[in-house]
Amino acid sequence: MSDLVREIEASLLPETNEIPDFKAGDTVNVHVRIKEGNKERIQVFQGAVIQRKNYGTTGETFTVRKISNGIGVERIFPILSPSIEKIEVLRKGKVRRAKLYYLRNKHGKAAKIKELKK
Amino acid sequence: MSGIIGKKIGMMTVFEDGAAVPCTLIEAGPCVVTQIRTEEKDGYKAVQLGYGEKKEKRTSKALQGHFKKANTTPKRKLAEFKEFTTDFNLGDTIKVDDVFAEGEFLDVSGKTKGRGFQGVVKRHNFGGVGQTTHGQHNRQRHPGSIGACSYPARVFKGLKMAGRMGNTMVTIQNLKVVKVMADKNLIVVSGSVPGPKNSVVMLHK
Repeated sequence: MSDLVREIEASLLPETNEIPDFKAGDTVNVHVRIKEGNKERIQVFQGAVIQRKNYGTTGETFTVRKISNGIGVERIFPILSPSIEKIEVLRKGKVRRAKLYYLRNKHGKAAKIKELKK
Repeated sequence: MSGIIGKKIGMMTVFEDGAAVPCTLIEAGPCVVTQIRTEEKDGYKAVQLGYGEKKEKRTSKALQGHFKKANTTPKRKLAEFKEFTTDFNLGDTIKVDDVFAEGEFLDVSGKTKGRGFQGVVKRHNFGGVGQTTHGQHNRQRHPGSIGACSYPARVFKGLKMAGRMGNTMVTIQNLKVVKVMADKNLIVVSGSVPGPKNSVVMLHK
């Protein structure tokens, strides 16, 4: 990608709050702005990060997975999206890979991620 | 259609109302008016614009004279545009913000990347045979039947077959102008545009 594209792209990006350091396996709270008519409210989506794609680019996205009423729900967020109010890291997970797709085939206790002990 | 000539620079992401929109960055202009077509002389009204620099020794004598008439240096690309609302003189410069404003829609034409000799699956989106068993072998990406037998006893003209793909002029319609940066001669349009990076594209209003 040419430098000019990067420069212009950066100048057009919306202002986003600071992104905390997190990776796959971490449990996060994503505060999402939701527009309903004229009103705007904030919804929190809590779950485990199962991947960060295209890391370090403006097209970077991350996927958060949670179990809602026994059904797995995944949401994909562009990391620079202006609708993300903030990201809270609740818990660091101990995992051995960057993409945790294997969690989709596990349920119950097997789908649990161990906490990272320092 | 009034318009301007530009150069494709690359693609990027722009956030609009919370949604990520893929956009193309185009260096549009500045263009120089190199010829004015009039009703009396040419039978139609148009303005010929020139864009990009070219070495003088790579320019034919005939074109050198043409550029001299407009009092400019040799240009890489010449193209005619119709229906400009304002009148121009020879040698006038046209910038992006003279033609386009943010929120407008435009058409972009350019030459697509040449893909060489391609089969029907890639060239015409044929489905292929779809089976690899039941007697099928070595024909997974073939076109199938190209017509009946004793009637019409020939293959119809224009039948979709394998052949050269790409390297043709293509116009993409109704792309939204996301941003105009007149000081840098840049324009950001939503969506993709034909051709490789650094190729010349025509922006029509």
